[in-house]
Amino acid sequence: MNSQIQVAPTVDAANPWATHAVRIREIEPEVRDVVTYRLAFEDPAVAERFRFQPGQFNMLYLPGIGESAISISSDPDDPQRMLHTVRAVGNVTKAMARKQVGDQLLLRGPFGSAWPVDSCEGQDLVIAAGGLGLAPVRPVIHYVMNRRDRFGKVWLLYGARSPRDLLYTSQYDRWREADIDVQITVDLGDDQWDGHIGVVPVLFDRLQLDASRTRIITCGPEIMMRFVIAECLSQKIESKQIYLSMERNMNCALGFCGHCQLGPAFVCKDGPVFTHEQMEPYLDVQDF
Amino acid sequence: MSVSTTPVNSIVSFEKPRLQGLLDALKQAGYRVVGPRVADGAVVYDELDSIEQLPLGMIDEQDGGKYRLERDAAAGYFDHVVGPHSLKRYLFPPQETLQQLRLKDGDWHVEPPRVADTPLAVIGPRSCDLHAMAIQDRVFLEGPYVDPGYRARRERLFVVSVQCRRAAATCFCHSMKTGPRASRGFDLALTELDDCFVIEVGSERGGEVLASVAGWKTCSAATVDRATEQSVRLERSMNQRGAAENAPHAAKPRQLDTRDIRDLLLNNLDHPRWDEVAERCLSCANCTMVCPTCFCSSVSEVSDLTGEQVRRERTWASCFTAEHSFLSSGVVRNSTTARYRQWLTHKLATWIDQFDTSGCVGCGRCITWCPVGIDLTEEVAAIRETAK
Ligand SMILES: Cc1cc2nc3c(=O)[nH]c(=O)nc-3n(C[C@H](O)[C@H](O)[C@H](O)COP(=O)(O)OP(=O)(O)OC[C@H]3O[C@@H](n4cnc5c(N)ncnc54)[C@H](O)[C@@H]3O)c2cc1C
Ligand code: SF4
Repeated sequence: MNSQIQVAPTVDAANPWATHAVRIREIEPEVRDVVTYRLAFEDPAVAERFRFQPGQFNMLYLPGIGESAISISSDPDDPQRMLHTVRAVGNVTKAMARKQVGDQLLLRGPFGSAWPVDSCEGQDLVIAAGGLGLAPVRPVIHYVMNRRDRFGKVWLLYGARSPRDLLYTSQYDRWREADIDVQITVDLGDDQWDGHIGVVPVLFDRLQLDASRTRIITCGPEIMMRFVIAECLSQKIESKQIYLSMERNMNCALGFCGHCQLGPAFVCKDGPVFTHEQMEPYLDVQDF
Repeated sequence: MSVSTTPVNSIVSFEKPRLQGLLDALKQAGYRVVGPRVADGAVVYDELDSIEQLPLGMIDEQDGGKYRLERDAAAGYFDHVVGPHSLKRYLFPPQETLQQLRLKDGDWHVEPPRVADTPLAVIGPRSCDLHAMAIQDRVFLEGPYVDPGYRARRERLFVVSVQCRRAAATCFCHSMKTGPRASRGFDLALTELDDCFVIEVGSERGGEVLASVAGWKTCSAATVDRATEQSVRLERSMNQRGAAENAPHAAKPRQLDTRDIRDLLLNNLDHPRWDEVAERCLSCANCTMVCPTCFCSSVSEVSDLTGEQVRRERTWASCFTAEHSFLSSGVVRNSTTARYRQWLTHKLATWIDQFDTSGCVGCGRCITWCPVGIDLTEEVAAIRETAK
């Protein structure tokens, strides 16, 4: 897609398979099958060099088991405190779930394109996330909070299947204190739930958006993002002001293995973050 | 005066049996030499010690799903064209170790794999294959990241290409502008004439090796002309394929209309032809295995019994499998329709976005080695005929 790809200082362009050793420093249970790992590089020189942009991911590697693409879910202004929020779904992620504080993993990264946070400055921002899709946008929330005065109105619209599936609930108050309008919805409530019921796109109904100065950042299941995008387009937000993050099978993160192709794009290096303008021709093509 | 090199771009010739001298010179210079040999009824690349092992007097008849070697008294050493193998298997091998790891006291130690073996010389690649190699160079060397294994093998590869004087019916390099005449990308290029080989020097290395072959002589202008004329004649006949009457039982010579092909395919992602071809396609992945540019691979883990020694292995993969687009939420391309469409649109359309070149070099291998003879030139023509 002819994008300009910047190789991160912790990735050796001439030997991009090389890994760095990291150790699990903390494990924070989040919701069912999901935990957040705080990982620290063993080599202080690597730790020193490591930085990432919101939306980028690392390849976490368990030798003998496999490698998985996992977004960095922490504050980009504090790259030393590196967090990954992982759902145990299969081979690698379930093996990771058995790891304990002090265990070693190997890591390559960071890879991929980023949410265009700097070019969103001066604008209103809607962050619309579903399920685990909150993890890759949490760095955006941190970025905004660290320089809140540079942004206009900021909303976080977040939905999950049920109240028990909501990620990072203990942090919503801090985000609200930073003048982020946090709106939460669930598909299915329970006895205690007195918030919104329904899917994320429905939350757009109550927002008064100024289409000329609003950027959208959306991350979650493809079907959710499609509805969010439809909603935004109907509110006259331009296709190139809508950013989404795509997920495809990845075996290398380098553009070699071919698995992550989505039309002209390699999700690993041209993405995972794209504008809707880039993805528009392919999003609705069945099984593409 | 002893000559230690033959300058780049110079053209020399030697008598046919002197080809053995070239093989020997390559071995002398430390190369492992492979070249075309007949095995199991096809011309494949294999170790080459003697020119006696070359498929002298053989031609290959190729058509959709068909490959047959025939004896032809008039045929020389290289009148077969391309078989199922290409340079791909040497630069990007079907299986390779990316990394080896050892567990010691609870920590993993990474050991780089043994990179590049003995340098390799390959005799026989055609113009289409040289273009295919240049395309894989873009994938593995010219992006933001470099694949170290590919680079090590590529830097040490010596190519003795062959100028085609015959094309198979499945060849359509003329349409893809990748042949039939090779003009760069080789160390040496051989043109086989009836009485001699004409050799063009493409690199300094090529010149050095050639200089040590006994019996080469500067080529007369007339011989150079004969060699050039042979390529020109082949190209002309390929360009006239559309106009020429096809013999009743002969294989139809292929061509591909590439005008606006990217937009043609991407604007027709919902064309009914995708379903039609999917009814014939077995999703067997043969086309992707024989394709000299297909680069998909999977990385897997191989552990010893204790789990303390691990190898990361890269093996060829194919977009025709479900595993290729697997996500824990489901397989993205869950039908043969979607997979064939992915393959063809990648090869002929999105490849252009990604690498500024088509992914097809017109070698026709995918047509020949398809068990049901699916022919991409026909599929594109059918889509073009009823395109949106
Ligand atoms: C850019 C990107 C960011 C991601 N960020 C996160 C994150 O922050 N947290 C998180 O929990 N998950 C994330 N994922 C998904 C995560 O990579 C997969 O859930 C994980 O690879 C599954 O591996 P497994 O071996 O546990 O599952 P298995 O089902 O055993 O998977 C087998 C193989 O399929 C592939 N695969 C399966 N599902 C996916 C998938 N959804 N995406 C990519 N490859 C897949 C992998 O190559 C894997 O090795 C992200 C994926 C991408 C592409
Ligand atoms: S496609 Fe062209 S270059 Fe390749 S083998 Fe056929 S005639 Fe030769």
